[in-house]
Amino acid sequence: MYLYFHFTVTKSEVECLIILFHGLMERADVRFGNVGLDRNTFRTALHSLFGMTDEKLMNRVFFAFDKDNDNCVNVNEWVEGLSVFLRGTFEEKLKFCFEVYYLNGDDGYISREGIFDLLRNSLHQLSSEEEADEGIKELVDITLKKMDYDNDGKISFADFEKAVKEERLLLEVFGQCLPEAKVQCQQPKLVERTLLKDLKITLARHFTFSSL
Amino acid sequence: MGVALTRSAQWTAAGYGTRTLEITPLNEAILKEIIIFVENFIYKHPQEAKYVFVEPLEWKTDLDPSAFESGYVVSATTVKSEEADKNGQPLLFLSVPQIKVRSFGQLSCLLFIAKDTKLKEAQACIEANRNPMAKILGFDYNTVKGDSSVFNILDKITNDDDPESEIRMKIAILLKQLDLHLLNHSLKHISLEIRLNPEAIKNDVELLKRFSGKGEETVLESIKYTSDYEFSNGCRAPPWRQILGEICYVLVKPHDAETLCITCSAEGVFLNGGKTDDDGEINYERKGAIYKDLVTFLKDKSAKFSEVMSKQQIKLNEELQKEKDQPNETHKKKEADALPKTSNGSDKSMLQKKQINLGKRQMTKRLEPSLNWKTTGDFKAHRMSLRDTHKEKRGGRLEKSAPSVSPGKTHAVRKTVSKIEEVFSESSSESEEDEEPPDHRQEANADLPSEYWQIQKLVKYLKGGNQIATVIALCSMKDFNLAQETCQLAIRDAGGLEVLINLLDTDEVKCKIGSLKILKEISHNPQIRRNIVDLGGLPLMVNILDSPHKSLKCLAAETIANVAKFRRARWTVRHHGGITKLVALLDCAQNSATPAQSSLFDARDEEVARCGALALWSCSKSYANKEAIRKAGGIPLLARLLKTSHGNMLIPVVGTLQECASEENYRAAIKAERIIENLVKNLNSENEQLQEHCAMAIYQCAEDEETRDLVRLHGGLKPLASLLNNTDNKERLAAVTGAIWKCSISKENVTKFREYKAIETLVGLLTDQPEEVLVNVVGALGECCQEYENRVIVRKCGGIQPLVNLLVGINYALLVNVTKAIAACAVEPESMTIIARLDGVRLLWSLLKNPQPDVKASAAWALCPCIQNAKDAGEMVRSFVGGLELVVNLLKSDNKEVLASVCAAITNIAKDQENLAIITDHGVVPLLSKLANTNNDKLRRHLAEAISCCCMWGRNRVAFGENKAVAPLVRYLKSNDINVHRATAQALYQLSEDVDNCITIHENGAVKLLLNMVGSADEELQEAAAGCISNIRRLALATEKARYT
Repeated sequence: MYLYFHFTVTKSEVECLIILFHGLMERADVRFGNVGLDRNTFRTALHSLFGMTDEKLMNRVFFAFDKDNDNCVNVNEWVEGLSVFLRGTFEEKLKFCFEVYYLNGDDGYISREGIFDLLRNSLHQLSSEEEADEGIKELVDITLKKMDYDNDGKISFADFEKAVKEERLLLEVFGQCLPEAKVQCQQPKLVERTLLKDLKITLARHFTFSSL
Repeated sequence: MGVALTRSAQWTAAGYGTRTLEITPLNEAILKEIIIFVENFIYKHPQEAKYVFVEPLEWKTDLDPSAFESGYVVSATTVKSEEADKNGQPLLFLSVPQIKVRSFGQLSCLLFIAKDTKLKEAQACIEANRNPMAKILGFDYNTVKGDSSVFNILDKITNDDDPESEIRMKIAILLKQLDLHLLNHSLKHISLEIRLNPEAIKNDVELLKRFSGKGEETVLESIKYTSDYEFSNGCRAPPWRQILGEICYVLVKPHDAETLCITCSAEGVFLNGGKTDDDGEINYERKGAIYKDLVTFLKDKSAKFSEVMSKQQIKLNEELQKEKDQPNETHKKKEADALPKTSNGSDKSMLQKKQINLGKRQMTKRLEPSLNWKTTGDFKAHRMSLRDTHKEKRGGRLEKSAPSVSPGKTHAVRKTVSKIEEVFSESSSESEEDEEPPDHRQEANADLPSEYWQIQKLVKYLKGGNQIATVIALCSMKDFNLAQETCQLAIRDAGGLEVLINLLDTDEVKCKIGSLKILKEISHNPQIRRNIVDLGGLPLMVNILDSPHKSLKCLAAETIANVAKFRRARWTVRHHGGITKLVALLDCAQNSATPAQSSLFDARDEEVARCGALALWSCSKSYANKEAIRKAGGIPLLARLLKTSHGNMLIPVVGTLQECASEENYRAAIKAERIIENLVKNLNSENEQLQEHCAMAIYQCAEDEETRDLVRLHGGLKPLASLLNNTDNKERLAAVTGAIWKCSISKENVTKFREYKAIETLVGLLTDQPEEVLVNVVGALGECCQEYENRVIVRKCGGIQPLVNLLVGINYALLVNVTKAIAACAVEPESMTIIARLDGVRLLWSLLKNPQPDVKASAAWALCPCIQNAKDAGEMVRSFVGGLELVVNLLKSDNKEVLASVCAAITNIAKDQENLAIITDHGVVPLLSKLANTNNDKLRRHLAEAISCCCMWGRNRVAFGENKAVAPLVRYLKSNDINVHRATAQALYQLSEDVDNCITIHENGAVKLLLNMVGSADEELQEAAAGCISNIRRLALATEKARYT
């Protein structure tokens, strides 16, 4: 019950999220008492609940959720992550997106190579590999020109924050890592619907957990 | 005559024995000309008419001997003319059915006798006498053809000079002239007709083929050529028939007729003898009239065909009627919709695709100069696609245009285009609308700034990137200065507009937002606006208005606000249901009870409403849209928004209201919705633009008296008066003075304005202001000066001088107002003195020559108080050279207001005896009398007054009677207007001084009517009516007395 003080979701919503978590755990056939959702289950959940499609980005989202780097998302991480997803303030989302885009190895910057990697598949129509690489390089330049305010060839959080505040469209600039806009709009309903579906299965566990 | 007949007359092709003249319009015209020539011959050339032909003209006639009358010896079967030649042979000899005629005189007579069958006789004559020249003049006159024949004749004349050959020569020359005339005439005919070519026919057939087949909606059941082989020249007819101009033969099976075998030849399209069943040969003989093209032919032959065709045409015409600014692109769509569904399934999406294609074609056309930068390979591919789209478009056009466009045009359009340059020039001439301004493009390669190239690169990513790349490109593009024309045109020239508009049709919210953000900026450019409409952007934006994302709605509405600055765009918005959706946006602000979603793309509700109002403001410039806004319930919503206090919101709201207030319906609704109160409130706002629009709205609404009172009751007059003091913002000043003008129509308001010292300020505004302001200022002063105190104020502030100075302007609205104001001032003698001293009366008088009737009337009205109040008015009036004549002549005008005003002026002029004498000399009495039969009460009143004043001179009373002005005047007494009664009774009183008039008045039953008027409350009327009756009575008594003594 301590959870909801930290987040912007309400108590009942937290309960819903927990029920959901256990529903997912069950489906993934993981024994109760196990640490949490593994990457595959998590990706499936992202896809079915939030309409995300890009595998690579979903992996990155998983890593962003998985704060303790134990390769699974436990219930705390789940609720924490989803509260940003669903009810996050602009700043929280901003931070979350930035975390998704930079890989831990990059010392808190999104590097030129990182951008290149993120944008690798963003052009179609270009015939040869070389041409595509060339095109993407140019696109990376354009992006850096737009977002790299301090001209150090990489995007820091400050750069990112400034750019996004100026143009909100840039929040998910390197690909979708938040629920779709249309999902966001109907969010409460969606969670409830999912909840109802899973309610029966998870009822018992719900009681066990909430008594903790 | 010979040349014309042999060369231009159309003889039947198959000539066995006597060839016959075909009944074609051309032949008919030639025959008619010949008939006219022959008929007039006897009058024009009586001498030559007697000349006896060398050989008689002989033919079979349908005339009956009984038709011949005097001058002929008639028996049962023969007719001989009494006129005979030297040898006693009759010049006309008819032995049924053969007729022989030997002179032009007899020919003329014959044609008179033939009456209705003239044409037939002439035709028979020409057919039977293939060489009339030879028969008339002898063979030697016809040996040399063509131009030299005249010399030939002249040559003969010089050889022998007996009188007969002289006549022969004259006839020869006359015939020669006729020949030339006929040739000219037929040339005119020929040039009116078009000659078909294989290409044109091929197009027609292909087109009809596409819309043929089974089913109700098709135009024909089937259409096919008789031969599959096409010669290199495009003809399908066998070579020996091609010589005759025949191009191909087509078998057509309409829905409601047998299969028709049709010959398409250069002369036109006609029915031939059909295919013979056994050997498949075609009977080439013509069996019917010639039509100018296949479609016309089929329309005539098949009712079903013409019905289906005209249905489409009607649909089209209706659309055109509905709004003249029929947009090009929707036009095409309608066309496509109207077309019958073809078997290959042109479903809606196909049509839309096509539409987009069409749009693209227009764009690519504009792309032309920028092609220079493309790689050559690109360019080639581009050219190919261009050509394709062009062809497709031509197809689309022809589908409709074939029946309606004039033959010449279709012809031109059908011309094969082999060179790409031709495609460019042709398409640009036909696709541009008249209202489009010339499209000025970037000079190719002429110092293009680096932005141009960068933008082009970004457009490339827009085209070829996924959603991520697109968003990046959109955001980067937004960083350019999109207000700059170079950037705007760079986006367009690189084909960015199509992509931006296509993005609106996707599900990607972010792409839509990014695209709209750019469109919103670049649509400030008029050319881009038109391009957006051409590319079908507006319907997509209208759809976005339904989106759940508020910021999307806002952007779409704002972009619509920018684009809908011209008629065609406004039309498009309305026709896609945009007005209703925009009005619905206004409702947003009210639903703020729902919890605010912290979504990334959400805007405030007020913002949504503001954007909606902004778009409506743009749209409300069209009358139909104003109606649509009202019907969609926009007025209450606008009224509600008006209660808020957001300056940004208020400007578009008030702007829309102001625009709409030009309609009566709106003014009533504005009053009902208590909008005036808020308008007045916002007059006190800080925002100058808002003040301007509020004042403008009040100006529009204050036509209505109740509204004027409302403005006063809500305390609107004071802010208006105080706004007068700030004269820097001319637009606002014009609006404010306009509002003051309209408000000052109510007396109470004028009193208030005097309290606020507005009149003094207004006088100060009489100089150094733009005309828009002056019109309103002078109008306001005109209204204020209806009251004595204000007249004094205006005079004391020195307002007369500037007013008189304004009399020399050319702005009609201003002149009307100035004359009104001067008329109001002239009521006061002291002001009048100033006006007279400034020569204002002369200026007014010269305005009577103004071409605008309003100005004339207004000037004439203004003259009345001037003449009344000026010292030595009579002398002053006489001093204007030609002035009195000018006034009298204005009585010939047909404008009622001018007539009434001039009558009023004459009433005043006639008060001076000397002037009355002058205008009597100028014929004022008959002119006034002529006007007497009118139903217009205003004119009746002033006319009656003028008549009663004019009675004071000489025998004018009698003259009015003679000019029959009295009886109509009596009828005026039946009018409902007491002013008319008074004036009429006075006029009748004056007229009844004459005995004859007395009788006329009595005869027309005036006594009873006058008796009633004696009981009227109006003393003048009483007196005049009684005076008139007493005159009548006195006459009656005198007659009785005379009878008994």
